[in-house]
Amino acid sequence: MNRYPLWKYIVITVTILLGLLYTLPNFFGESPAVQISPLRSGTPTDTALLQRIEQALKQKNLAYNGTILESSGIKIRFADTDTQIKARDILDAEVGKDYVVALNLLSNSPQWMHHIGALPMYLGLDLRGGVHFMLQVDMAGALTKALDRYNADLRSTLREQRIPSAGIERERSRIIVKFRDEQAREKAMAEFGKTFEDLAFKPENISNELRVIASIKPEAMTRMQNTAVQRNITTLRNRVNELGVAEPIIQQAGTDRVIVQLPGVQDTAKAKDILGRTATLEVRMVDDDGDIDAALRGSIPAGTELLSERSGGQLLVKKQVLLTGDRITDAQPGFDQDKQAAVHVTLDNNGSRIFKQLTRNNVGKRMAILLVEKNQTEVVTAPVIREEIGGGRVQISGQMNSVEARDIALLLRAGALAAPMEIVEERTVGPSLGAENIDRGINSTLYGFLGVALFISLYYSAIGVISVTALAVNLLLLVGLLSILQATLTLPGMAAIALTLGMAIDANVLINERIREELRQGVAPQAAIHAGYERAWDVILDANLTTLFAGLSLLTFGSGPVKGFAVVLCLGILTSMFSAVTVSRGLVNLFYGNRKLSRVPIGGIKIPNKAGNKH
Amino acid sequence: MDFFRFERDIPFTRWGKFSMTLSLIISIFSVYFIATKGLNLAVDFTGGTVMEISYQQPADLNKTRQILSGIGMPDAVVQNFGTSRDVMIRLPAKEELAGGNLSETVMAALRKDDASVEMKRVEFVGPQVGDELLENGFLALLFVSLSIVAYLAFRFEWKFGVACIIANLHDVLTIIGCFSFFQWEFDLTVLAAVLAILGYSVNESVVISDRIRENFRKMRKASVPKIIDNAITETMSRTIITHGSTQMVVVSMFLFGGEILHNFALALTIGILFGIYSSIMIASPILLLLEIKREDLIKPVRKPQEEAVP
Repeated sequence: MNRYPLWKYIVITVTILLGLLYTLPNFFGESPAVQISPLRSGTPTDTALLQRIEQALKQKNLAYNGTILESSGIKIRFADTDTQIKARDILDAEVGKDYVVALNLLSNSPQWMHHIGALPMYLGLDLRGGVHFMLQVDMAGALTKALDRYNADLRSTLREQRIPSAGIERERSRIIVKFRDEQAREKAMAEFGKTFEDLAFKPENISNELRVIASIKPEAMTRMQNTAVQRNITTLRNRVNELGVAEPIIQQAGTDRVIVQLPGVQDTAKAKDILGRTATLEVRMVDDDGDIDAALRGSIPAGTELLSERSGGQLLVKKQVLLTGDRITDAQPGFDQDKQAAVHVTLDNNGSRIFKQLTRNNVGKRMAILLVEKNQTEVVTAPVIREEIGGGRVQISGQMNSVEARDIALLLRAGALAAPMEIVEERTVGPSLGAENIDRGINSTLYGFLGVALFISLYYSAIGVISVTALAVNLLLLVGLLSILQATLTLPGMAAIALTLGMAIDANVLINERIREELRQGVAPQAAIHAGYERAWDVILDANLTTLFAGLSLLTFGSGPVKGFAVVLCLGILTSMFSAVTVSRGLVNLFYGNRKLSRVPIGGIKIPNKAGNKH
Repeated sequence: MDFFRFERDIPFTRWGKFSMTLSLIISIFSVYFIATKGLNLAVDFTGGTVMEISYQQPADLNKTRQILSGIGMPDAVVQNFGTSRDVMIRLPAKEELAGGNLSETVMAALRKDDASVEMKRVEFVGPQVGDELLENGFLALLFVSLSIVAYLAFRFEWKFGVACIIANLHDVLTIIGCFSFFQWEFDLTVLAAVLAILGYSVNESVVISDRIRENFRKMRKASVPKIIDNAITETMSRTIITHGSTQMVVVSMFLFGGEILHNFALALTIGILFGIYSSIMIASPILLLLEIKREDLIKPVRKPQEEAVP
């Protein structure tokens, strides 16, 4: 009656072994490491780089405990944090130009565990220390900026087409163009409609004044908002790379918010400074007539400056700015007619006109596209102008491969923030508090578990020990599952682990109480065990499902600490259903199922006299 | 060991009038305190800045207050947090001070006075985010309540769902009432605790409801109050042992979990205690009030089967 088929035992054993395997990495501890990852995609991380790094470290007599070479980067392990920080500085000087050199902690678990994805739990910022920012993109600001640009574009269209107007102005979220006669208005409407796809135009007459009201179409508005957020995220990612953070998280939250999490960062002032910085793009002309050798020796011609190129060299560039980056509406990597890698840049209306004029006047000369950031100017690319370029579509090609093309496109798109941002939430946790919080979480769980284990074992004797074993399996599976899923573990999450243990024992208490009840009614031992498990199942399912509802809605509506709590709660409910019912039953069947039982070892029970029990 | 063996059923339902009155009084008081004293909402909900700092030696709170007044923050709340060396500073939300720079300003001023001061934690929440968190909290409460009623109505009967949710919302009201009366700080983790309790106390009601349904089948001649009394008495020992175990874990959290989990554990404790009380003393009288009947649970289709049972 109380026997499990072999396959059930196998399932239980395999599950426990898997749980054990994936829980193990959490016990190896961590050692300080330096992580080197490429700043731009395409920069190689290969054995040559590894050799360069090893040589640099050997030169300074810094001992390291091993290196890991992965396609995403190189990690070097050190014995203590002092060496780690020294090594970071040395390596930053050595390869910092092309790579992010960041401090990190590496699990000491063996390499093969790493390969099968057995990693330690992913600790949240409140446990490992770090900064969490939530930034809100100022959409109204972005919109105003866009409208001001359209305002100028409409004005120049009117001028180009020689359409007489009586004034043009922006009024909140719309642009009002005034005309003196109907003919001009009609002509303007037709012209606008051709050129400005994202705007809606509507004629309006107010006290004999002929007007055209221009407003941004709703679908264009949504697209603008999405691109603004996306562009800001790309910009933030580039900037965070400079901070040297090992595992930054930058993601969109809702329609207009961005979350930035920087584990391990202590210098919040610097982080805020870098995140809030503005970068701009500029197009200027290269002064090819100037004497570059003389300039390198120190005599720079008037009206020019010496700037370093991305690819390494130096260039003489004129100081006059011809075009700024906010005229770029899009930049995409692609290929030119000769199948060479290129970047396709789209300019807005006004930008196209300026660009057309600029290229017409400078055929055969070189122009420089510059990125100005932190008062540092760098030449991104300096292509030769082949012909006059109209229509606002510019193709930048030349000395680049497809990876570089992608990076330049990204830089052109992401050089500047598309819309202003402000910090609406910040959570910073110092490293000492993080370590304290881990201890607190572990102690709460440990002592809570010991208390429950002692009590249940005493109260239900041998069956109680089985219940406690099932509870321990639950803890094991929960930690294993959290490690596999790499779900973020926070202090409230650790509280949820403790709480789930307290709640998971409910299932075993229900079962054990049922068994006792059956025994009191004079049912034979084996039958009592069987009935206890069978009858308790329904109520266990109901009870767990209702708690799961609470967990799921916490997950849906919760944020921050609440979410961390909810994830663990939900997973804990799932693992407890398996461990409390299947595992404990398996153990009972294994120990007591296959033999004759004179009594069930479930603690002393009072068998009431029949009279008292009668209903 | 066998703590809870009762020779006779305990007449819980007979105390229904008394317990309902008691709960009504508790609820009225809770609402009264919430209405008059309000909740001591944490920055999570109000917006503002909280900083936790740590000194090498016991902190001089008055000096810290003076320094803060000196840099134009006279409305800062300064208090010890956990130990005498740890200090918590609460700064209200201010439009003119962007959250980002506020904490830097404060730390710079404090470091000037004592270079050894260490920043342990900063939390800044903008007012717009705070409002959203509060709104989402209420939405979650509503969603949990509705899904529990729906599930119990589906598994048992709508009367169980209603009785259960009234009992559990009474628990929630009591927790919030306590937090209002003692002016304990109500933050996001406490909200999580409240919602977890909502899910957890339902277990209690589910177990009792399940037993009531079983008793309706088994004790065919007994009166409804008798059936409910028996169900509660029979599950009494499970109730005490389960809640005792959970409470043990919560106490462990209270003792070892540090300041951050303090109020969380407190909310859970109140919730567990009142959860037991309400599922026994509130849910059952409401079931009687709603005139629960054998026919509500035993579907007519099953009748022939039931007849065969002696």
